[in-house]
Order: sequence, then C-alpha cells, then structure tokens
Amino acid sequence: MAENGNGSVKEGFEMPEIKYTKLFINGEFVDAASGKEFETRDPRTGDVIANIAEADKVDVDLAVKAAREAFDHGPWPRMSGYERGRILHKYADLIEQHIEELAALDGIDAGKLFAFGKAVDIPGAIRMLRYYASAADKIHGETLKLNGAYQGYTLKEPIGVVGVIIPWNFPSMMFFLKVSPALAAGCTVVVKPAEQTPLSALFYAKLAKEAGIPDGALNVVNGFGPTAGAALTSHMDVDNISFTGSPEIGSVIMQSAATSNLKTVSLELGGKSPMIIFDDANLDMAVGLASAAVFFNKGEICVAGSRVYVQEGIYDEFVKKVIEVAKGWVVGDPFDPKVNMGPQVDKVQYERVLKYIEYGKRDGATLLTGGKPCGEKGYYIEPTIFADVKEDMKIAQDEIFGPVMSLIKFKTIEEAIERANCTKYGLAAGILTNDINIANRVSRSVRAGTVWINCYFVFDADAPFGGFKMSGFGRDQGMNAIEKYLQVKSVITPIYNSPWL
Amino acid sequence: MMGQRLVSSLLSRCLYASHRILNPLTRQERKLGLATRISQRFSTLTAIEDPVTPPVEVKYTKLLINGQFVDAASGKTFPTLDPRTGEVIAHVAEGDSVDIDCAVKAARKAFDEGPWPKMTAYERSRILFKFADLIDEHNDELAALESWDNGKPFEQSAKEEVPLLSRTIRYYAGWADKIHGLIVPGDGAHHVQVLREPIGVAGQIIPWNFPLVMFAWKVGPALACGNTVVLKPAEQTPLTALYAAALLHEAGLPDGVLNVVSGFGPTAGSALAGHMEVDKIAFTGSTGAGKIIQELAAKSNLKSVTLELGGKSPFIVMDDANVDQAVELAHSALFHNQGQCCCAGSRTFVHERVYDEFVEKAKARALKRVVGDPFKQGVEQGPQIDEEQFSKILEYITSGIDSGATLVAGGGRAGNKGFYIQPTVFSDVKDEMTIAQEEIFGPVQTILKFKNLNEVIQRANASPYGLAAGVFTNNLNNANTLMRALRVGTVWINCYNLLDAAIPFGGYKMSGIGREKGMDSLNSYLQVKAVITPLENHAWL
Repeated sequence: MAENGNGSVKEGFEMPEIKYTKLFINGEFVDAASGKEFETRDPRTGDVIANIAEADKVDVDLAVKAAREAFDHGPWPRMSGYERGRILHKYADLIEQHIEELAALDGIDAGKLFAFGKAVDIPGAIRMLRYYASAADKIHGETLKLNGAYQGYTLKEPIGVVGVIIPWNFPSMMFFLKVSPALAAGCTVVVKPAEQTPLSALFYAKLAKEAGIPDGALNVVNGFGPTAGAALTSHMDVDNISFTGSPEIGSVIMQSAATSNLKTVSLELGGKSPMIIFDDANLDMAVGLASAAVFFNKGEICVAGSRVYVQEGIYDEFVKKVIEVAKGWVVGDPFDPKVNMGPQVDKVQYERVLKYIEYGKRDGATLLTGGKPCGEKGYYIEPTIFADVKEDMKIAQDEIFGPVMSLIKFKTIEEAIERANCTKYGLAAGILTNDINIANRVSRSVRAGTVWINCYFVFDADAPFGGFKMSGFGRDQGMNAIEKYLQVKSVITPIYNSPWL
Repeated sequence: MMGQRLVSSLLSRCLYASHRILNPLTRQERKLGLATRISQRFSTLTAIEDPVTPPVEVKYTKLLINGQFVDAASGKTFPTLDPRTGEVIAHVAEGDSVDIDCAVKAARKAFDEGPWPKMTAYERSRILFKFADLIDEHNDELAALESWDNGKPFEQSAKEEVPLLSRTIRYYAGWADKIHGLIVPGDGAHHVQVLREPIGVAGQIIPWNFPLVMFAWKVGPALACGNTVVLKPAEQTPLTALYAAALLHEAGLPDGVLNVVSGFGPTAGSALAGHMEVDKIAFTGSTGAGKIIQELAAKSNLKSVTLELGGKSPFIVMDDANVDQAVELAHSALFHNQGQCCCAGSRTFVHERVYDEFVEKAKARALKRVVGDPFKQGVEQGPQIDEEQFSKILEYITSGIDSGATLVAGGGRAGNKGFYIQPTVFSDVKDEMTIAQEEIFGPVQTILKFKNLNEVIQRANASPYGLAAGVFTNNLNNANTLMRALRVGTVWINCYNLLDAAIPFGGYKMSGIGREKGMDSLNSYLQVKAVITPLENHAWL
C-alpha cells in the first residue's frame, strides 16, 4: 500500500450538517406514520450519521396518493414542456449552488471520494437534469401513413405515476438518471433511495420544491426493499417502476408488477463486464483502463470491467504492469484528495467481497496482489487481482461489487468473443485495439448494452445505457429513457376528399 | 435596472395619458352609440401626436466583426429612422463587400480553427442558455430598441417578441446535445454511420418586420449545430441585432462565431450571398430578393440556400363559424404588426352565408383598432416601417378602390406625421384584383366571398405563394379536408400566428425553400456524412 493507505479517517474534515431526515411527501417533510426510524452510517467508521424516518406501506400509500393527485389533477403534466423544462433548469441551477455540500453528503453516506463527487458525480447529475430539462419540449408524436382515407397520428403522453428505486453506489447520479426523464415527460414520481444512502435524495427533494416543482410531483420515501420497496412495486396506482440494483431484486420487482397491475418495468441490474485487450493495444493505456475499470468506486459499479481478457502476446507484460498499478492505488479516507479508493459501502458488502476473495483462492485462481482488508476501522479492502481465472469459477460468474479483478488469457478473437459472452449478464464491455476490423467485429459480437472501445466509463446523458440478458431491460439516459415514461396513443379519424394519402 | 425603471415610469405615464384609449368607452357611452367616433378620434389622432421618448439608449452602432465593434472599412454610415417621425435615431456603420470579407474571414477562422465547433455540444448549449438568461434580464431595453427602430407596439415587443427570442434560443440550446445521425443498415456486410456535421460558415440575412424573432430563428439553430455566422440585419432595423449579439458575447461566445454586418442588400447582402467562403445562406424577405439570393448562390459556390419569402395567405371562414370569434381572429391575422407579417392572413375568404355579418363586424373591429405611438399603452398598431412601404401600401389601397372593391374602413394615412396608416378593409374583393394577388405588407384586409368547400380550396390555392393558411370552423371533417388540401407550409385551425419554437415554419411554392424553427431547421445547418466500413465476421446484419 502507498502512503496513507491505511484506511484511516482523515482528521479535520468538517461533517456536513444533516438537515433533512424525514420523508418527503406532497411537498412536505413528514415523519413515518409509524414513527419508526433507521440509522444511516458512515462507512469510514461504521458510526451512525443520522436517524432517518423509515417508510413502510402506509407511507408509500400516502406518497403514491400525492403523486396520483399531482398527476391526475395537478399542474405538472398540464404545463407546456417548455415550462417544465424551465423549472428543471432552475432545479439544476440550485443543485449547482450546493455541489460541495451534496458531494460531502454522498461522501459520508456512501464512502464516495469527495473530490470526485465535486468534480464528476454531482456535475454529472446536473448535466443529466439539464439534458432532460431541454428534452421536455422535444417529445414528438408522429403523423402517420394509414392504409385508407384516414388521418392518423400518435400522441406521446406521460405514463402517470412512476416509482423509482435506486441503489447506493451513485446516489446522486441514479436519482437524476431516473427522476429527470420522468419529470421531463410530465410524470409524477415516488422515489425510494437505498437505505444506505438516503441523505442526498432528501436534499434533492427540498431543492425540487424550491425550484417550483409542484407538491406531489416528486416524493421521496426512505426505507427498506421488503417493506417500502415492495409496497411501491406492487401498488395498483403506480404506472411504471424503474429500478437499478441487483438481478435478484429485479426479478422480485418484475413479479410484483406482474401480480399487481401489470405496470411497465425497466430494470438496470448487475454486470460481469468483460474488458478485452488485444495484442496490438497500447499496453500502458490498457493497464490504466483495466485497473480503473474494476477499482474505480471500489468496484461498486454495475459496469465494472471485472473480467479482464488479455491476448497471449502481451499477457505477461500486462500482468507485471497491472500488479504495479494496483499496488499504487491509495486506499483511504474518501475526503482525502490523495486517495483513489474509499471503503466499501457497509459491513454486508465488505464481508461479501472478502468471501468472494476466499472463493477465488478456493477455486484455484492465483492471487496476484491484494486480497486482504486494510486499516483497523471501517470497510476498506485492498485492490485485488486474480490470474488463471476460468469462466466456471464463482469469481468469474458472479458480480462481486468490489475491487476484485479476474484476469484471463486468450489466444484468438473467436475465443475472446465466446468467453466474453459466457455470462448471464450483458451490461457493458471494453475493447482495446487499434485494429478497425477487430473493433467493429467485437463490438457487434459482444452481447452487451454499452461497448467502450479504447475507453471505459464514458457515460453521457445522450448515450443510452442498459443491459442485455440478465443485466435488465429498458434504457436509462439519452432520448430512449424518456420513452419509458411515455405512453403512445394512436389517434385516427376519417378524412374526406384529401388530395393525397 | 435603469432601463427597467425608465420603462415602468413610462408605462405609468402612459396609463394616465391614455386612459381613454385603454378604456375608450363607458357603458353609457356605448349605449349612446359613440363607439366609432370616439375610438377613431383617440386611435388615429391623440396617440400619434407628441412621440414618447423611448426609454433606452443606443449603445451599439458599429459592425461586430471577430468579437469587436468596428467602423466600416469605408468609414461610411447610414441613418436608421424612427418610423413614428421619420427622424434619425442613430447613424450606423454601413458594411459593404470589404466588411463582409472581413466578417467571413473571421467566421471562417472561428469555424476552421475553433473553438466553437470543437467544444462539446453541452458547452455550446451552456453559452446559449446563458445568452437566453441575459436576454430576459434586458427584456425591456431590447423591446424598447425594437419598437423604436421598427415602430411596433412596445407591449408586443416586451411581452411577446423578446420572450420569444429567449424561448427560441433555449429551444435550440437544448438541441445542441441531441443532434443524432442514424446508423443505417447496409445491404451487405458493412457498418454505416451517418454523421451530422455543422455546415460551416452560415450567411444570414434577416428582415425588418421582426428583427429579434428573425435573429432567433436564424442564429439559434446555426449556433446550436456548431456553425459560425455572418448576419446582415435589415438596414431599416440594425439596432437590436447588434445589442443581442453583444449579449451573446457577454454570455461567452468566442470571437468570430457571430459577426453582424449592417448594410444594404445590393452591397453587403449580395457580397454575403455570393461569397465563395460562405457555405450556406439563409434569407427571410421578399420573393424578389429571394430569387436574387438563390441566383447568387448558384453563380458562386452552390452554397445551400433556405428562403422564407412572401405570402398571400388565405384565412377561410366556414359557415358554421362563430362570426364574432372569426372576425377577431381574422382581424389579428391580418393587422398584427401593422400587417407586416409574411404570413399575414391577407385573403379573408368568408362563406356567403355569414359574409354580410362578417363584413359589418370586420369593419367595426377595424375602426376600433387603436393606432398610435407604439410606446403608449393599449396601442395596437404603430407606424409602418418606412416611407417606401408607407407609399406602396397607399398605392395598393388606391388600386383596390380603382379595381372596384368596396372600401369599408380606413383607406388613408393616420395622423400627419410619420408612417401611420388607417386600418383598412375592402369587401367584394375578386381573385383577379391586384390587392388579392400581391403581398401588400400593410394593414389592408381584403374580404372575398365563397360558396362551398371545393371552390374555396381551389381559390385559396390559386396563388404563387404557399406560406400559411387559417381555417375557421368547428366541423372536423371540413377542418381535416382543408388541412390537407391547402398547399401551404402552416395551417392554423381556429387560431393564427402560433409561432412556437418547436413548430416548423416555411413555404410551399414561391413562399420559399426549407423550414425554420423546430427540428427541421437543424437540417438547414447540418451536413450529412455517411461513413461506411466493411464488417468482417459480423455477428448480425
């Protein structure tokens, strides 16, 4: 480990003030009906940051009722796209004024790097919101060509009340990934943030009200999946559920939608994304991208490039260099600007990652570096690399959601494609090559929703994002995401004496 | 702030002075049947005397080239006049071909070397959004300058047109990061990408009737797509384009991206349209000038051309219409902006069953129209833009009388100073009369009678123009039939002059080429590049 790599808490950092801890329903902060609360903890220390109101079914019912009312009778879907867009732009401006505070909230709540939050996470969330703010007046239906003397057209109508359930790994980004297109479309929203990271979502709720989003159009109910989450996904008055999280929960949500009112569902789930490095790749770039792809955000990212396929010609050299790079990653307090990697989000995740490291050893993979916790307090884990990994090993099949790289050697393009696709997931893939034919061939052959060629993690508000196979369905980002929150209505009427058809 | 205070004090003064204009009649007066006399007296005389001092100062009168305000190379200037009085507002630098060359060179460099087209679309959009916010902050100054230079009612500038400027800029700012090409299927094993690239240096020539709105329609999409621009405002109204361009630079626009060269068509305009380094020319104005522009483009470098030209748009009132509503809408369709709209509803076709009632009420409405100093509150109609237009309109009125149409209202100048014309209505107009065929571009309504749907479709389409049409009916089938049968770029059904940013606007036939506003306008400012490369061992096609 490098200097500071002891997983310690940086002294002298000023805790952000925790202003909002209640549920946000119909424009007001309220306690849970039951009066219950749960603790949200600082993953650097495991200490309690605040007690948060804990919603269950009763509170979800109230939030849905408010959202329903705001949709059925309120101004939000009835104002022009331009007006909605103006309010959302104002919302973005308000967030921009609080970047530091919000990055700090995500820092203490999710263990995310403070500097990164300030420079990337929160600005990225703002960018997402602005993208959809100006998409609100660009939702087009079409006039149609019908087989007869009819005038036909489509209307794209907001779908209604949208339930949003988001994970803890990118609390701000996930919030706006879902909420911005839904609001832009004219829907009203009930958000359940992850129980690990409720703080920034509540702050966003407060800013939404300040920006002029009408009461009831955006509600935030903190709580747990089996109670609040289940109440939302099975609710008869919710028209759509948008979820990001694990495949297991995705499956539960889809069943819940099926057995209630057949609400539409979009799921953005796990991944076991391959990073495929060909002999002709720039080695230093490959090493840098491959390590960032799996260690970034402590590996707590659904698109983590957790299976690294390296062609045999450069394999040995790659191994040497990637070990060096991994050893150079600084693990420590996320508020320290020198730190590359903070703690895992909570004890459960921390223990899960360590268990997978054990599986790796047990199944015969070669541990090249890392493999241990670091620091005496908090949930810090060393950047870990396994070599000689086979596709049937648990560490190659399951999403670990931690800083654990599986290295695999391959010979031919055919082999790389086949092995890369040998997964139930299909979220993303990386390709490193300068050969245009390899790039084109592999990008079409990999069954994944995003392919990065000679880059990784290039997320953009305009680039649709989502999964093939068990990584989910539906897309976030881009104009595609708005479609999830719209119904299509065809309107047809006879037309007489038309000079053309 | 200063401007705002001036405006509010001005408005309160107006409120006092023109109380009778705003509320011309008490109920008792109406009972006494004084409506026509009183409102005419107030509308055409009182309000025109004693022009209000516009609450704004003229800051920018030079050419804007490469981020700098500069004199014309020749040192020449021309006067821009106040249409209320014909007096000089300011002397403005007069660009000619030398200045156009400088401006195009700056735009070329800004395009070829950047940073504008090389920035991310998001960054470009941020600058345009900032510009829109600055427009809102300077709403009343821009509006005052617009009304001073153009003669349109200040309230119309301040409440409709300047907001439409910022709204349109925001619309295109929002497009910047949503300009998508397609990945298209090849017939064989090929990967095909379609890139939509900025076209380069755009020349834009805008008219005097809606200087700021036209600025928005042209500059908004051009800049959002990453182009650079040389804009020539109309010589009658150069002031607001310079002001708006200054705000755009304040918002962070790099030098050379937007250049504004004031001047005249035959010199500056031709130099721009015929320039070998200009990749695209967009023009709004008369059909005659549009032809010259297209010819210049053809003779020089075959630059692509969009033209938004004249019109003689029909406004069709069916027999099921509520006559009072139809009259009001037909009235505003024609008289809005002193009749100086390319899409003015200048042929009012009225079904014979409601014709007489319509004519009577259209007359009453025209007589009630409040004509006066555009800076006075409640004024609906200001002066025409200049003496040339003023005289031309009066000639058309004479022609209408000579050809046997019935003059129902107006028919002459209003007041004895400036370029005011009485709201004028002709009935019994026949298709072959000059006033039914040519674009008058003034406050002259021509009412024609029709018997049935097929007849009115035929007559409405019997025009070299095809810009817009109004349809007034509650009959769904008639509305649908007319909507398809009319050979025009915009059909307004039970409304008129709805010019939202997202709605494409442009003409059929000799009303022009291409569309402005909406997504369609982006196409005018983008090149399409297809990129094809073979696929080896493709997984699918």
